[in-house]
Amino acid sequence: MTELKLPSIDYAALAPILIMLGAALVGVLVEAFVPRRLRNPVQLLLALVAVLAALTMVILNADDRLITAGHAIAVDGPTLFLQGAILILAAMALLLIGERAVERGGAFVAHAAVTAESVDDRRQAAGAGGTTEVYPLTTFAIGGMLIFVAANDLLTMFISLEVFSLPLYLLCALARRRRLLSQEAALKYFMLGAYASAFFLFGVALVYGFTSGIPNRAAGVDFATVHAAVAESSSSQVLLFAGMALLAIGLLFKAAAAPFHVWTPDVYQGAPTPVTGFMAACTKVAAFGALLRVFHVAFSGAAWDFTPVLGAVAVLTMLIGAVLAVTQTDIKRLLAYSSIANAGYLLVGVLAPSKDGLSGTMFYLVAYGFSVIAAFAVVTLVRDADGEATHLSRWAGLGRRSPFFAAIFTFILLAFAGIPLTSGFTSKFAIFAPALDANQAWLVIAGVLTSMVLAFPYLRVVVMMWLSEPGDATPTVAVPGALTSAALVIGVLATLVLGVAPAPLLDLANGAAEFVR
Amino acid sequence: MDEILTYAAAEPTGAVTFAPASGLLGSVWLLVAIPLVSAAILLLLGRRADRWGHWLGVGAIGAAFVLGLTYFLQLRGLENKQVQLSLWQFITVGDLKVDFGLLFDPLAAVFVLLITGVGFLIHLYAVEYMAHDEGRRRFFGYFNLFVAAMLLLVLGNNYVMLYFGWEGVGLASYLLISFWYGRPSAATAGKKAFLMNRVGDAGLAIGIFVLFAQLGTTQYDEVFSGVGALSQTTVLVLGLLLLLGATGKSGQFPLQAWLPDAMEGPTPVSALIHAATMVTAGVYLIARSNPIFSANATLQLVVVSVGAVTLLMGCLIGAAKDDIKRVLAWSTVSQIGYMFLGVGLGGGAYALAIVHLLAHGFFKANMFLGAGSVMHGMNDQVDIRRFGNLAKYMKVTWLTFMMCWLAIIGIPPLSGYFSKEPIIATAFERGDWTSWLFGGAALLGAGLTAFYMTRLFVLTFHGPARWTEDIEHPHESPKLMTIPLILLAIGSVGAGFLLSTSVPDWLTATAGLGGEHPEHEPVLAHWLITALSLLVTVLGAGLAWMLFRNGTATEPQPAGVLVTAARRNLYTDAFNEAVFEKPGIFLTRALVFLDNRGVDGLVNGLAAAVGGGSGRLRRLQTGFVRSYATSILTGALLVVAAFLAVQAGWLA
Repeated sequence: MTELKLPSIDYAALAPILIMLGAALVGVLVEAFVPRRLRNPVQLLLALVAVLAALTMVILNADDRLITAGHAIAVDGPTLFLQGAILILAAMALLLIGERAVERGGAFVAHAAVTAESVDDRRQAAGAGGTTEVYPLTTFAIGGMLIFVAANDLLTMFISLEVFSLPLYLLCALARRRRLLSQEAALKYFMLGAYASAFFLFGVALVYGFTSGIPNRAAGVDFATVHAAVAESSSSQVLLFAGMALLAIGLLFKAAAAPFHVWTPDVYQGAPTPVTGFMAACTKVAAFGALLRVFHVAFSGAAWDFTPVLGAVAVLTMLIGAVLAVTQTDIKRLLAYSSIANAGYLLVGVLAPSKDGLSGTMFYLVAYGFSVIAAFAVVTLVRDADGEATHLSRWAGLGRRSPFFAAIFTFILLAFAGIPLTSGFTSKFAIFAPALDANQAWLVIAGVLTSMVLAFPYLRVVVMMWLSEPGDATPTVAVPGALTSAALVIGVLATLVLGVAPAPLLDLANGAAEFVR
Repeated sequence: MDEILTYAAAEPTGAVTFAPASGLLGSVWLLVAIPLVSAAILLLLGRRADRWGHWLGVGAIGAAFVLGLTYFLQLRGLENKQVQLSLWQFITVGDLKVDFGLLFDPLAAVFVLLITGVGFLIHLYAVEYMAHDEGRRRFFGYFNLFVAAMLLLVLGNNYVMLYFGWEGVGLASYLLISFWYGRPSAATAGKKAFLMNRVGDAGLAIGIFVLFAQLGTTQYDEVFSGVGALSQTTVLVLGLLLLLGATGKSGQFPLQAWLPDAMEGPTPVSALIHAATMVTAGVYLIARSNPIFSANATLQLVVVSVGAVTLLMGCLIGAAKDDIKRVLAWSTVSQIGYMFLGVGLGGGAYALAIVHLLAHGFFKANMFLGAGSVMHGMNDQVDIRRFGNLAKYMKVTWLTFMMCWLAIIGIPPLSGYFSKEPIIATAFERGDWTSWLFGGAALLGAGLTAFYMTRLFVLTFHGPARWTEDIEHPHESPKLMTIPLILLAIGSVGAGFLLSTSVPDWLTATAGLGGEHPEHEPVLAHWLITALSLLVTVLGAGLAWMLFRNGTATEPQPAGVLVTAARRNLYTDAFNEAVFEKPGIFLTRALVFLDNRGVDGLVNGLAAAVGGGSGRLRRLQTGFVRSYATSILTGALLVVAAFLAVQAGWLA
């Protein structure tokens, strides 16, 4: 019997992950032992402190370039950059989730199973807080995302995918208003998510089979082995390509790339708006972090082969996102299609296999995350007696009624449209330029053309807000509480600063743009 | 064709260097900052600024003009007249280096003076013109924003900065067209302007990326120094992309259709944005990029052809329109055609085009303001068939309009003669049969211009009154409106000679613009061309005078093929609709269909469903998971199949 050899674990490098998961567990205990009325502040504080602590650890680890936990986790530049991004964006999302001033009791239902207009429901309407389980759920999801971008083998990646997906499915179902829509969205997301996970798992199996053909090396699903297998495996190439395709599908689903985007509009619309913001920013970062790692580290040897296929997916994604955004009449669906189109632009960055491409993609993720959370923060504020007024026709004339928030939203939309001096312009520039260097001119042309199309629905909203006279149906903008204001200010300032002086963050991204294998 | 290609094969461009800005010129950023700050104040203060806001707007532009003049005088004394000021490194990562910097050189200087000078007068005019509009403060806010963006466009020291200004002026123009009037036609016009400009912008954006990919920089000096090393094909592609951008912004063929529709905006907007400044951005782009355009003869031929086609097209359509602002708009399209012709001819004609641009800025702005003054006195009537005999009631408007009418048709010694005639003459100097082609077009254009401008002038100010019943006594506009008219008219009268003698010399200090003009014998003697152009002008004007001095019918008359075609914009709108709009709509529909339009369509009824209980909504939504799953599966099969196809070598 051989002696069991334990892998060495660098706890400091794993600290951000451990802190988040630990905080989630404490959060569950808080649910059990803290009196109901204190739970909300305690949970919010706990989650925020955990995020800040994890962020501090990420910053302290900034120079780590190592693989730990038995080849399961890689802590390198992109990991740390993306973990930092996820944590900052998650902190903003937590501020939105914790907001209780805009709507009495918050955006979340008191009991997921409570029926509308029942006693529990009325009690919440009368001021009792909504469920506080959202905090541990969110914290779990953040922890999963942190592992996801650090995963150094396909199985760890799969497990972390589930770790962050399952809480998200639940979170989607917790909207207080339009509850059935929300629960249905959650169910759809769950079923389709499970479906996509199955693809991913199949892909892992096929790739494992492929790696068994490397001479003098054990089969495995860690990225170094996969990388070696791409170069020298004697197994059938069909295993590699089918496996790569299935893996890609699983990840593209999370990234909301066409044709795996179908869930996005329904889920974005149905989920409570703070959760939508969280998904739009953090899930995007996590999904693209994983895509970058899989395609830059594991399959980089096959770049010649996957680029045309993923390129076609990117073009399709941009096209569908941009064109369908034009026809939308609901602001959340509009933002969902915009998020789909942005997934297409990000894919362009993934397909630029250079340091600049990697740093540009990471920059884009951060810039987009800030803007999109700010956008959803505004959406939570525009409301009438029935909750958020998301139908676009209701936004007509908002500029006359609440010029300040309409101006903020206009600025965010201009950033989405890629107007210069906003982060939208610099981030597109940071992605398209390396893609051109990599001779992917067709992707850049498609990107520029679709972003021109996409500018139209954004500006239509701008014109609608400012041009039309407010009518009786025009909702008011609620005065945001301190938490929403903070998130909004951070998002808008970041959008502006990254548009005017993006150099520091670009430097940071560039310094971090090197994977370890 | 060989002959054409050898003709303009330009000499290799030498290295271009800019001097750093020092002393007073170090504050050149103030030019952009002042209008920008003023715009911010006007838009952010809200109603508190209603009472004095417009004067702040006027003052900001006036201050910018004075500053611009000081910089201009400063620049005259310098050795290297191209001064750049790097404010900060905008993007610096790896190969990516974009400077947030400004370049003040002779070309930028004349544009700054035009934008702030004419802009100031138009701002002044707008104080009175918009006096009864409750949104006047916001109007001035947007107007200042526009000026700031336009100044950024001409002052940037690289293509990315140019693109900033480019997007900024496009945005301001779109807002000013469609924000202002709630009319559906204004909204449509705004949309059209937006879409056509986006086509052009996409060309420019891709062009900038090509520059970046090929030369690794977008700084003007580095680009111009490096362009000689590029292959002819690259230069051609690059130039065509930039040209696409230029045609979009300047309303040139094939992207001309938006400009006349843009006249839905208030008249000062038409005067400033859609006549004097923004629409000339395309000319600026080509003049600024002259080392690129001069490096490929085919490219120059394309530019010349675009100019020639557009100038004829604008004249023909302008002659058939009855809306005073549309006639002026098509006239603008046509006059910018002359400028494109000029910049396309290359060499010394670059400077001629800029001279014409400056002269045009004066007289066309004045004509738009004059049209505004006429509308002001005639209850916003725009149909020239409903004017007539206004010379008696609007003396100042009439006299100033007359100066500009004489200027635009090119009667010496007014400015149009000095600016347009040399372009016509140069078009005859291409040295082969194309001299006849482009020279002839320019000459014909001169005759047509005389015809339609005379028609406009005579129908508006002379002949019997054909007013609608509700007008009894048209009145002259107030002082604040007529003073800018007078000043602009003086500019149109006097500036021509001054401009044509001083500006070309002045511009030689700008990179590339001083290039030697390859001398060719003109196919006609110069005096003969001058005589001919005067002759066709007089013929055109005389014909229009004969036809319209007794007024015209107030209803549309049956007309021949050409006039009908011209009334319908030579069927270009129909063409655009059939070739671009319909397939676009079809594509959207197809995509929507593929993307489960059913779900979207039903969810669009959300507002209704919220009232009716979400149970109904749930029923509507149930069951679509399977279609989503099918869609994902189909996609998955396609992706796997594509990967396997790649592996099998089918797609490689």
